[in-house]
Amino acid sequence: MSAVEDVVTEAPAVEAVPKRAMTLGYGTSLVMLGLLIVAPMFVKNFIIFQLTMLLIYGLAVLALNILTGGSGQFSLGQSAFYAVGAYTSAILMEHVGMNYALTLPIAGIVCFGFGFLFGQPALRLSGVYLALATFALATAMPQLLKLGYFEHWTGGVQGLVVTKPDAPFGLPMSQDMWLYYFTLVVTIAIYIFSVNLLRSRSGRAFMAIRDNEIAASAMGIDVALYKTLAFGVSAGITGVAGGLGAITVQFVAPDGYTISLAINLFLGMVVGGVGWLPGSIVGSAFIIFVPNIAEGISKGLSGAVFGILLFLVIFLVPHGARQVAIVAQQLIGKLKKN
Amino acid sequence: MELFTNQVLAGIATGAIYACMALAVVMIYQAIDHLNFAQGEMAMFSTFVCWQLMQWGVPYWGAFLITLVFSFAGGIAIERLLFKPLAKAPILTNVAGFIALYAIINSVAGLIWDFTIKQFPTPFGSSPFLGSQLISTHQAGMIGVTLMLLVLLFVFFRFTRMGLAMRAAASLPESARLVGINTSWMIALGWGMAAAIGAIAGMLIAPVVFLEPNMMLGVLIYGFAAAVLGGLTSPLGAVVGGFLVGVFENLVGTYIPGVGNELKLPIALALIVTVLVVNPAGLFGRPIVKRV
Amino acid sequence: MLSKQKLRIAAFSTAVIAFAAMSGSALAQKKYDTGATDAEIKIGNIMPYSGPASAYGVIGKTEEAYFKKINAEGGINGRKINFISYDDGYSPPKAVEQVRKLVESDEVLLVFNSLGTPSNSAIQKYLNAKKVPQLFVATGATKWNDPKNFPWTMGWQPSYQSEARIYAKYLIKEKPDAKIAIMFQNDDFGKDYLKGLKDGLGAKASMVIAEESYEPTEPTIDNHIVKLKATGADVFISITTPKFAAQAIKKLAEIEWKPLHILSNVSASVGSVIKPAGFENAEGILSAAYAKDGADSQWDNDPGMKKFFTFLEKYYPEANKLDGSVVYGYGVAQTMVKVLEMCGDNLTRENVMKQAASLKGFAPDTLLPGVTISTSPTDFAPIEQLQMMRFKGEKWELFGDIISGELSH
Repeated sequence: MSAVEDVVTEAPAVEAVPKRAMTLGYGTSLVMLGLLIVAPMFVKNFIIFQLTMLLIYGLAVLALNILTGGSGQFSLGQSAFYAVGAYTSAILMEHVGMNYALTLPIAGIVCFGFGFLFGQPALRLSGVYLALATFALATAMPQLLKLGYFEHWTGGVQGLVVTKPDAPFGLPMSQDMWLYYFTLVVTIAIYIFSVNLLRSRSGRAFMAIRDNEIAASAMGIDVALYKTLAFGVSAGITGVAGGLGAITVQFVAPDGYTISLAINLFLGMVVGGVGWLPGSIVGSAFIIFVPNIAEGISKGLSGAVFGILLFLVIFLVPHGARQVAIVAQQLIGKLKKN
Repeated sequence: MELFTNQVLAGIATGAIYACMALAVVMIYQAIDHLNFAQGEMAMFSTFVCWQLMQWGVPYWGAFLITLVFSFAGGIAIERLLFKPLAKAPILTNVAGFIALYAIINSVAGLIWDFTIKQFPTPFGSSPFLGSQLISTHQAGMIGVTLMLLVLLFVFFRFTRMGLAMRAAASLPESARLVGINTSWMIALGWGMAAAIGAIAGMLIAPVVFLEPNMMLGVLIYGFAAAVLGGLTSPLGAVVGGFLVGVFENLVGTYIPGVGNELKLPIALALIVTVLVVNPAGLFGRPIVKRV
Repeated sequence: MLSKQKLRIAAFSTAVIAFAAMSGSALAQKKYDTGATDAEIKIGNIMPYSGPASAYGVIGKTEEAYFKKINAEGGINGRKINFISYDDGYSPPKAVEQVRKLVESDEVLLVFNSLGTPSNSAIQKYLNAKKVPQLFVATGATKWNDPKNFPWTMGWQPSYQSEARIYAKYLIKEKPDAKIAIMFQNDDFGKDYLKGLKDGLGAKASMVIAEESYEPTEPTIDNHIVKLKATGADVFISITTPKFAAQAIKKLAEIEWKPLHILSNVSASVGSVIKPAGFENAEGILSAAYAKDGADSQWDNDPGMKKFFTFLEKYYPEANKLDGSVVYGYGVAQTMVKVLEMCGDNLTRENVMKQAASLKGFAPDTLLPGVTISTSPTDFAPIEQLQMMRFKGEKWELFGDIISGELSH
């Protein structure tokens, strides 16, 4: 081994985002909320289903955002946590007969534990090494789910079919609409929790670690604890998203949770703007709708069209939707002055 | 015992594939300081170009050389056109760019050459090597080429001005600029070389795994693992890492009862992660010390 | 004058009778469900045009070309086919999204030849609840033949299990003291096949001395083969997809292991498996087939295949004739058209299922001579016959009788 040691001033992988800039103002939030509540009343069930998926992937992207944008750790393994959440919900519903709503907190807790444990070895890794470790996790997950030993519970390669819940109390709405509102409530609750988390003491500790780990530790922050905590919280939220996904899609199988899901969630985060929580929904819209658009343009070359659209987005706005929001804000500010 | 020897030999033979790819991974890491997810697809595309040339009647070595030049130029072109404009963008945005490139190349190759597998010739023949049925002459040739590339790269990075400049540009761009290195072109050059090495890897791998647009998908995962295990800054580490991953994976599959065979990749990856936790810079990498 | 009129009436009534006979109970009265009108019939489909299984996207393209041909020739009973095919990337959640789009937004009459066991499992419950036909799914899992629980779902090709049973029967008869080594892909296809083999061997299942699974993400399967050779087996059953089948054929030759090699039908394509692996390495391999092979010279003068080649020339010139998926897409699209013709003017979803379940001895151009499609309200497995074949020279030689792999419950 070489005696010379490289001394590197490592530019932080994730740029510093001040915590106020991570959220939306009250007015904008209320308008968004209003839109989300009203939207399903005017569209077909199929669009409601898409909107539900939009919220679910939005949650998963948000979870990654807390990890990467908040604490500066990088993960290509979110699909693994999503899968664990999905299977937890599916197994509890189908084998134990538990109510779907109750399975979600359990999925969240299981994934929190799983993420917290995974965060331990990940502590020693950063940058590409952490990327590889999480990538490994994502690659391994479908194989673990297929394993013969768990087949009785997981259904092995055939997967599990999940029953879709009806609206409770005899509410006159379709299953899809009920599930949408149910998901919306969960999403809003988690969003508010995340915003508060990032504004709390823990959130400040995350960001201090993100911006400069050594300085953070010098200030007395328990780096190991907060880094693993960030992993746990992120995994927990992803798990809830996975559980919701299983209920909405009505099916879980190893093929649904491959590395391409992890990559999609990552793309969602980049497109939405790393570290900007409201961007998660924009990123989620990107990963759901852009492949459909690409396919509409050319079937044989849908992959290429998708790639080109992605390039266009990152050329125009390298910082994602956040950049658009900032520009818009400045414009509005100017207009107000005039 | 015989099974053990057989599995080790078979592991070395597969390991040669990983080692080859890992070298290309190290090359790009030296040039741009991160991993390129589209590297496998670039190698696959180059291999298809070589195959197409041979279909048009160009002899093997002619096609081989043309492909190298094409890949080198192609690598530079991709950097200039697609990634230079992103130089100031955050790293994660660049990674998204790699993924976009991956999607584009894979889809275009599928459209031009479709997804049926194609036979790719080998210059080394495929008879048993030295009487051993476990390693064919092609695999022996592949190991030979890999080692030769390794020596070339080692000399290039250690002793040539350009190699040193390239390393400097990747690890400390600002200081490198101060001593008069054109860092921007160094990066482009790195892309070109990585693409050319990837093309060699692709042309050596294709006779074993058959040529088709998805052929590098699995290879790239193993190539990353091998490079990271060996230490991303060390070509020697990458090659050793490749062989280790190949052998280790086989032994797990053979000797761990019950789940060994089904879970050999996860177990191999878990072991690599363990190595990294103990020694974060990999087996042969230089430890990184951070300045506050 | 009078006689002329009489003649006309006679002609008319003959036509009516003929027409009635043709279209079954559906008389001149037209009946439609969502997705069918006087002018068109909307057919939905999902395919993995992108992602790891994109090799199968060719099937969707072939079907599109075939329906184009039908439309150019005047459509089905005057109605044009509107074929809407979406990409699901081989991901079950995406499959659900796309199928719901087809049913609720595009309002198709039926979903045809959706590909992949995971994707079809994900949409089966939804389509059955909505009572939308899920016809001729592109997977060989055994579970599609379940008219009692899923009356709206039907398979097409022989099931993996029934094919595996044919090999088991063959081995018990021809090589009762065989030591069998099995290599299978660790997914629904491999597992289903393995089950079929073991069920077929029954009490003789101890003949299997080694099982080795591989993941589709592995770059090569060479090491598995080295391991299987070491077991001393004299029969090698390869339950693999094309790339891995070719690797296995080549590796076996390289390490000079010469067991009796049985290859699953999925990978029996001359053009896309045997030729790249080398004809000289493939001598003596056994397999079973239900369809003709576009790359096999013995069918060059076959009338059915001639029609197939003319179709390719005119409507899908960029297709690779060597690709088995093209032959597949043609055959299954032809079956679909047959069912729609049988429906006549009664294009309700119920009638589509009824007609699909009353195919009798139908033989698409691309099926082997003697193999036909028959279904009934209790039998939702259209193709159940296969013939064994042995590779010799540069082509497959069929031998033995056409065997029905029907599962005896």
